[in-house]
Formats: sequence, structure tokens, C-alpha cells
Amino acid sequence: MSTTTSNGPALRLPEKHYLNATYGIRSWLLTTDHKRIALLYLASVTFFFFIGGFFAMMIRLHLLTPSGYLLSADAYNRMFTMHGVAMIFFFLIPSIPAVLGNFLIPLMIGAKDLAFPKINLLSWYIYIVGGAFTLYSMVTGGLDTGWTFYTPLSTVYSNSAVAPAVVGIFITGFSSILTGLNFLVTVHTMRAPGMTWFRLPLFVWAHYATSVVMILGTPVVAITLALAGMERLFGLGFFNPAMGGDPILFQHLFWFYSHPAVYIMILPAMGVISELIPTFARKKLFGYHFVAAASLAIAVIGFLVWTHHMFLTGQSTYAALAFSFLTFLVAIPSAVKTFNWTATLFGGSISFDTPMLYAFGFLGLFLIGGLTGLFLGCLGIDMHVHDTYFVVAHFHYIMVGGAVMGYLGGLHFWWPKITGRMYPEWLARIAALILFVGFNLTFFPQFVLGYLGMPRRYHVYPPEFQVYNVMSTAGASILAVGYLLPMIYLTWAAFYGKVAGENPWPATGLEWKTPSPPPTENFEETPVVTWDAYDFHNRPDLGLDVPGHPAAVPTHGDD
Amino acid sequence: MQSPLPFFPEQASNFAGKVDVLFLFVLLTCLFFAVLVTVLTIYAAFKYRRNKPGEVGSEVEGNTLLEIGWTTIPLVLALGMFAWGAVVYVNYRTAPKDTLDIYVVGKQWMWKLQQPNGKREINELHIPVNRNIKLILGSEDVIHNFYVPAFRVKMDVVPGRYNTMWFRATKVGKYHFFCSQYCGTNHAVMGGWVTVQEPADYAAWLSDETGDVNPASAGERLFSQLACNTCHLANGTGRAPSLNGVYGAKVLLADGTIVTADDAYIRESILQPKAKIVAGYQPVMPTFQGLVSEEQILNLTAYIKSLQSQPVPAKGAGIAPATTGKK
Repeated sequence: MSTTTSNGPALRLPEKHYLNATYGIRSWLLTTDHKRIALLYLASVTFFFFIGGFFAMMIRLHLLTPSGYLLSADAYNRMFTMHGVAMIFFFLIPSIPAVLGNFLIPLMIGAKDLAFPKINLLSWYIYIVGGAFTLYSMVTGGLDTGWTFYTPLSTVYSNSAVAPAVVGIFITGFSSILTGLNFLVTVHTMRAPGMTWFRLPLFVWAHYATSVVMILGTPVVAITLALAGMERLFGLGFFNPAMGGDPILFQHLFWFYSHPAVYIMILPAMGVISELIPTFARKKLFGYHFVAAASLAIAVIGFLVWTHHMFLTGQSTYAALAFSFLTFLVAIPSAVKTFNWTATLFGGSISFDTPMLYAFGFLGLFLIGGLTGLFLGCLGIDMHVHDTYFVVAHFHYIMVGGAVMGYLGGLHFWWPKITGRMYPEWLARIAALILFVGFNLTFFPQFVLGYLGMPRRYHVYPPEFQVYNVMSTAGASILAVGYLLPMIYLTWAAFYGKVAGENPWPATGLEWKTPSPPPTENFEETPVVTWDAYDFHNRPDLGLDVPGHPAAVPTHGDD
Repeated sequence: MQSPLPFFPEQASNFAGKVDVLFLFVLLTCLFFAVLVTVLTIYAAFKYRRNKPGEVGSEVEGNTLLEIGWTTIPLVLALGMFAWGAVVYVNYRTAPKDTLDIYVVGKQWMWKLQQPNGKREINELHIPVNRNIKLILGSEDVIHNFYVPAFRVKMDVVPGRYNTMWFRATKVGKYHFFCSQYCGTNHAVMGGWVTVQEPADYAAWLSDETGDVNPASAGERLFSQLACNTCHLANGTGRAPSLNGVYGAKVLLADGTIVTADDAYIRESILQPKAKIVAGYQPVMPTFQGLVSEEQILNLTAYIKSLQSQPVPAKGAGIAPATTGKK
């Protein structure tokens, strides 16, 4: 089944590549190579993922019993707040764009680097400085406002270290803005000859849409948090009603960014899936133009749905009607994408390599996550399930089931390109399966809990909710194993894995037409593109048995 | 909740059945698509699995008719869900006129509730069955949310403004209510019980203990303690308009606009008197921001409401002329 078994023993790593071009700590910390910066991001987002994951484990262990198992009320509130802050602002938002996007966009369009290599490095430093402020908040008093920082709780009543956390998130926002800017300019100006807009891999389209959201949305959350910080530090009454401010205004400003931020997390994952499915079905993506347009539609309509987080704040009934309507509209492009992915499978030649297992996992989990969004957008259901565990389950299906499955699928798919080596295939398949099972056991019971009426962010709960909480905690421990395994074997494989060769799958993208790992300048000479994305039929260089074409000498496997 | 693995909470209000039927409609529609996509995916994964290492898939690129189909059909269904959900929600946000009004104040981390006759409760709410209930919600500090799962209704309790929610309990019993908007340390224990009683039992409970004083009389006492009565003379000759009959009436402002003197207007006029000046008066009233608690504002409002039946003076009432819209 796996094409990797056809690799001969003769494969060797290229003599010079971006990893061994220069040595020493300075060569990494002062690099302007987008591939090395991607690895810097990989290390830092993994660090935050495990911090956030530790908090998640504390939360789930604590909720084993109705009276709470482990933590005080204040400690529990800090756990779920810091879990959210670490995972959303420092893992999910940068994960796929800053790691995979950074590494792959220049390779995919046939460029030597991003348009602004120094700004790319700057954005990583900004991320690190922002992360340092937020870590400082976590170790000096923690944060107990919820990741949403609702006022006046965050600005007046909280006794935790709100100010450094807000400063950290404010700073990190600029890292997103610069990354988005870099991607947009790169895609516009640095495509190789023949790489027309409609030959771009959908991964690039998805990142293009994501970059638009980053550039337009992030400044708003920066301003909002700056206002909240000024209210807390200097007593300026923007949101505090006792000083004439409006606490609901904060929610409008916050969700104007933070709802589109969900699309910053999921669009790149959709982009990964749009690469994986055609590659492992060896078939063009069904409805390429519709999938590309759906990405842009999601990015645009995604800006017009923010008050669906606020249906029960007492906002005007008419506003609620308009925003519920728009919320149902934004569901349609996601449905279109799902149908196109499914249709791609028909008539394909499907293998079950690890990245494809993640793609299947994504399809199943994103389906549930997306469909449950309809329940929340539906006004008559939201009045019951808003602010319950139903919401928690829904967004974890999108962000973990969708975005993290996409991220892991992408890491497995491009790991041979990034490191030049393969991971142990069977172990990886087992890990993917463990993740899928553990994820569902953790989060599916939370839908039921939510409909039964268990509110979010409760450190103790009535005993009738216990059985589902026990299931969820059991699932979380399986999930933890599922995350540790790839962390271990991918690291091992980077040093000791079997040499992968230029194009082990094989796949059609330009990134697979250069050695693995690629040289610092990506391509020996600028490639010229004469084929559409995912076109297996007009690519004799891939060495596949295309009916009606004589099999060419394969460039992978045995040269 | 007798089953070890319950799926639905009890249905105990006029909204519970409506929300559950809507939920089932959306659930079945979504299940249809989820099963369809899952079955198709699994079928394709096995039918089209790779048999030879070098095999490639077919050359299909897309189908515009299919794209139009799977855009429009979900769109129509989604609009159906939107419309049905909107009907239930608009009903919930539009309270009927004949409600029994109960004041609810949230503060970190307790609920204070007050019946129309002044009887107070903490973290307990007694209501009669089959009677429309309106909760008028205010907060002393941060945002809270009053949520009764068995009634399928919730509403944020926002400092600085009043929200209202209504429902009609349909089943006698005791039901949890929760705070469902995160409000700080003891958010999880800021809840209690709604007790739904037969009307006779409710009436007996209501008159049982002597209870606290009537909110309107507490408000009347405050009205003189805070010296409101030195300017707001009942006969309309004071430096401030008479408040007789003003509750619920239209008020003409200095800038020519006309507003309704509802709870929110009265609250604002106490806390930010300069925000809306009644036509013909000077902005001389001091602010009471920080000097009166939310409960005291509710009492003052109750007192002003009780003046509805008092004779309105011909001059100095501040009430807009009934016939003309503008000066």
C-alpha cells in the first residue's frame, strides 16, 4: 500500500542542504531562511502546546468528581484561562501558517524565500517577546479571566496578572500581522514562471485567505486589548459601567477579531487537507475553483458573524436575526469544501498512508464540528446551549479535531521534506488511530453535557453530570498518549529515520521537485511550471503508470 | 434524570418543548448529512483503494451541476433552520403583557431575588405554575447569566443595564438554575433552585413570613433620605419635574426628542442625570453613581412606578403632550 516501501537502499541525503549549510546557534537565531524560521516556530509552538496540554490535563483530572478532585476554585479558573490563552494565541493561530506555511509557501510557488526574509525573522522575535510576557503572567499570579477577557471582570474585578498577559497578546498580534503581510506579498509577486493563480496549490489559496483575515482582524484585537489594559492600569472607563463605559462594547470589539480568528485556525488546516486528499487519492481535487473561492468566501463572510457569540447579552432582537442569518451563510462554503473533498475520493487510487489517515480523521471530526455550529447559530437552540459544554465540545471539534488534525497530518506529510527522513509508518498509523478515538471519547460526551445544561468554566458541578465527565477525562488520557507518540517518533525520525528521497509519496507540488531537505536557496534553478495542481496524468517525471502514457524513468526511488 | 445516561433535561416550561423539537429537527438534518458523507467516504476509500503501487486516479476535475446542487440544497435547509430558530427566539425576547415581574440582582457570587410584594430570597426563586413570569435582571458588579436548563432559557445579567427574560413554568417541581457567564472565583457555585408551585401554594408561601418591606415603600423612604423630594415636588413647582404618572409615559427632552420613561431611563436618570434633560429644566441634579446600590435603584424605581396612579400636575410634569410629537 505504501509507496515508501519501493524506496531502494541507495537513497542518500543531499550533501548540502538548509540544515547543514551553516552551524552554530547564531546561524539559527540570525537566520533569514524561511525554512529555518519555520523550525524556530515549530519548536516554540510545540513548547506552548505542551504548556497548554498540561493545563488541559489538570482540568480534566480535576473534573473527575463533582466536588473537584485536585484544585481550588481560583487554581481551576487559572488552569482553563491559561489553557485557552496558550492554545489559541500561542499555538493554534501560529501553528499551521507560521510553521508549515512559512516552510512551504516559497517552495510551493517556486521562490527562493518569502518577500521579506528579515521581517519574517522579526515576526518570530515578536512572537517570542509576546510569549515571554504571557509566560511571565502565568508564573506571577496566573490569569483567571477566561481567554475572552470579558469586562468588567478582567479590567476591574480580577486579582490575577491580567496586564502582562494582555501586553503579551497585544505584542504577539504583530507577529501574525507581519506573517500575513509577508505571505500576501510573496504570493502576489514571487510566483515562478508558469505558476498562474489557478495553478497554485490550494494550501497557498487557503493561506492567502488566512493572511487577509490576519491583516484586517488582528489590529482590532490589539486595540481592544490595549483599551482593556488602559482601563485596568490607569482606570480609564472604556468598558466599566461604573465609569460610564459599556461592557458589551468590549465583546463587540473582541469578537470582531476573535470570530475571524477561528478561520485563521481552520482555513490553513483546510488547505492542508486539500493537499493530502488529492495526493493520496492520486487525482485532481474535485472542483478546484469552488474550493479556492470557498476559502475567500469564508474569509469575507467570517467578518460579518461576530455577534453570534452575543445572542443572549440583551442585544437587539433585529441584530440577533441578522447575525444568525449570516452565520448560516458562512456554513455553506465549508459544506461545499467537504462535499468536494469527498467527491475527490471517487475514482481515485487511495492509499492509507499516515497523512491520509489524518485527512480522514479531519473529515469526520470537522463534519461534526461544523454541523454542531449550526445548532449554535440557530437562535432558538442557542438560548439553551449558549455558554454550556455544548459550545466547548463544538469548538474543540473545530480547533482540535479540525485544526490540530490538519496540522499533524501536514507535519507527517511534509516531515520527509523538512528533515529528509521518514518516520516509522506503522507506529504513526497507530498514533493517528489513538488520537481519533481519544478525541471523540473526550469531547463527544461534552455535547450531551451541554444539552443537559452543564455551564462552562465550572470547577464543581451537580452530581448528575458526573458520568459524562468521567468519560471525557478517560478520553483525555488516551488523547495525551496520542499527542506524545508523534512528538517522540517524529523527533527520533528527524535524526535516525530512513532517508526519504526527493518525492517519496509521490506528490505533484513544486516542493517535491527539489531535494529533501531542500538547499538554502530552495531550487538550483528557477522552476518553470507547465502543469495544473494535483495533475498526476501529465507528470511523467513522477514515474506512475498513467494509462496511455509510456512509463517514464522515475526520478524518485531508484536514481 | 432517572436514566444513568440521560440525553435531555426535564421539560418544565413553555419553551422547553419548542427548543427540543427544533433541536431534533436540526439534529436529524445534520445526521442525514453526516451519515451521507461518512458512508460515501468509507465506501470510496474501499472501492477505490490502491491496488498497484504505480496506479493513478481518473481524470475527473469537477462538475458544475453538482457544485450548484450541494450549494443550494444545504442553503435552503440552513435558511429553514434559521427561520425556525428565529421564531422561537423572537417569542422568547418578546414578553407578554400580563407577567408577574420579579427583580433579580446578581453579584459575585450570589443571586438576590425579590417578589412583587417585596419578599426577598437568596439563591432561591419561588414561582407559580402556568403563569407568565418576567425576570428583570441587574448586576452589582460583573456580567452574570441566569440560566434554567429545565426551562431552556438564559439571559446575561449585565452591569449598567437591565435585561429581561420571560417564561411560563409548566410543571410543579424544583429545578436547578445556574450562572452560566463566567464571573470569577466562585462562578460554579453561583446557582440555586427554582421552585415551581401550584398557585395556592405559591400564595401561601408568599404571605407566610412577614418578609421584608414592600420595595415601593422602601423606595419612598430612600426618596426622602436622599432628598430627592426637595426638588421633585409632586405638584410640579419644584426645580425638577414631578414624577407623578411619569413611569411608562413619554418624556419630552431638552433636545426635542421623546423617550419612554422605562426602568432603564429611570436608572440612567439617577446615575447619569445629565444624559437626558427634561425640556424646560436645568441640569442641576447631582449623580448618584456609587451612592446607591442596584437594589436601592430597584426600590426607587418601584416607588416611582407606584406614583403612576397619582394625579399628574398640569405644569411641571415633564410628560410630553399627548397630541403633538414635537414642540
